[in-house]
Amino acid sequence: MRLAQARLLSLGERRSGARGLPFVASAHLLGALGALLATGNARAVDLPEDRADVMLHSFNGGGVDAWGPALLVRKSLYDKFSLFGTYYADIVSNASIDVVTTASPYRETRNEVGGGLSYAVRDSLITLAGSYSSEPDYTATAFNIDIATDAFGGMSTVGLGYTYGSDDVGRRDEGFFDYAKHWRYRLSLNQILTPRWMATANFEVVSDDGYLGNPYRVALVFGAAVPERVPRTRTSRAALLRVVGEVLPETSVRADYRYFWDTWEIKSHTFELGATRRFGERWLADAFTRFYSQDPALFYSNNAMSETQYVSRNRQLSQFSSWSVGTKVTYALHAVPGSYEMRLTGAIEYWKTNYDDFTDVRNGELYSYGSVVSQVFLTVVF
Amino acid sequence: MNTVRNDGRRARRAARNGLVGLLGAALLSACAMPEPWVKPYERERLASPVMQVQRDALSAKHFEHVREVREGSRGGTGVQGGGCGCN
Repeated sequence: MRLAQARLLSLGERRSGARGLPFVASAHLLGALGALLATGNARAVDLPEDRADVMLHSFNGGGVDAWGPALLVRKSLYDKFSLFGTYYADIVSNASIDVVTTASPYRETRNEVGGGLSYAVRDSLITLAGSYSSEPDYTATAFNIDIATDAFGGMSTVGLGYTYGSDDVGRRDEGFFDYAKHWRYRLSLNQILTPRWMATANFEVVSDDGYLGNPYRVALVFGAAVPERVPRTRTSRAALLRVVGEVLPETSVRADYRYFWDTWEIKSHTFELGATRRFGERWLADAFTRFYSQDPALFYSNNAMSETQYVSRNRQLSQFSSWSVGTKVTYALHAVPGSYEMRLTGAIEYWKTNYDDFTDVRNGELYSYGSVVSQVFLTVVF
Repeated sequence: MNTVRNDGRRARRAARNGLVGLLGAALLSACAMPEPWVKPYERERLASPVMQVQRDALSAKHFEHVREVREGSRGGTGVQGGGCGCN
């Protein structure tokens, strides 16, 4: 392109007056075309950074002990694509209140693998991903597509996302007997407010169809245990607003609020406050506190005193509140500028849940429990 | 008679053109965006790790999974994930 342009320009220069003009004009047009084609490959959005994370995670509380490894590897190709793969395992020992009062404690492992591709073009990042989760009585397959676009001179990032999930539902003594399908629609806006503050607004709709209950869980109707009866459809909406700002050098604070509502009449409020600070060259620390409150599903009952089409004693659908406090600390182990950085991170959270309408059938008291969620992971950014 | 009819048509055409012009002007003025008030060279602080709320995707995925299993609400957090039979 440049050689052709140069030849045309030189021809134009050698000719005089009107005879030289077509050559000069053609040269500039060629130049413009070349520039247009070149800018077709140039982009304003960055690919996610190349990294590998190896994690050990744990949840312990309410009679449940769920721990396991997790892995994420991401690598960019040709400065345009970013490939990633994930593995996640939950090794669960379950002696929760539902299990010990209606069945026997059990142990099982869930494995999940996932992967995807991000493609950066102009001001957009397009991500296609999939995942497959497998446990003895449940398999779940999901496909995601997400598009994030910079707009308004890079001040805003608009995101659209869609997930389709298809599950096979089973029971240990019966095999797979039903299905569940899920659709998730996401809209997000990230907005720069000032050189130190930005805001995020997310909206997500989730729709489900199929078997949405638990084949092992029982409900109480007039004190007698019956299999729970849960609607086969559900649609929910969640709207979140978050503000993050740097209030001091190397120190930020954030505040989140999320409102959730669905067709099962569940409504919830989530408030979260957090702060992040860098200490010296190597330490980065986060602290956060979260408060959650939920109104019950229409068909939830601790002990139903009438026969209804749907009834469930799933405490996750009941009226309850929880609060948690946690911290995450990252230490930069080793860094070679322009080459790689190795970091070690530990996170721990104490989470207390109090139920307003779910009792422990062993003593009739309202149930509550404390739990600890923890993670330790090694990250290499290269 | 023809003069009256022509005058009527002219008036209607004028009114239609005026309406189209007004609509066009309104649309164009609505499309005029303000200049970005934070210049690219002023956005350095926003890219700092202290401003990245979910800088560790795997960590955020685990926390979100733990919440979704034990609470009745889901979504809106910006974390995409798969499914499980964890209800």
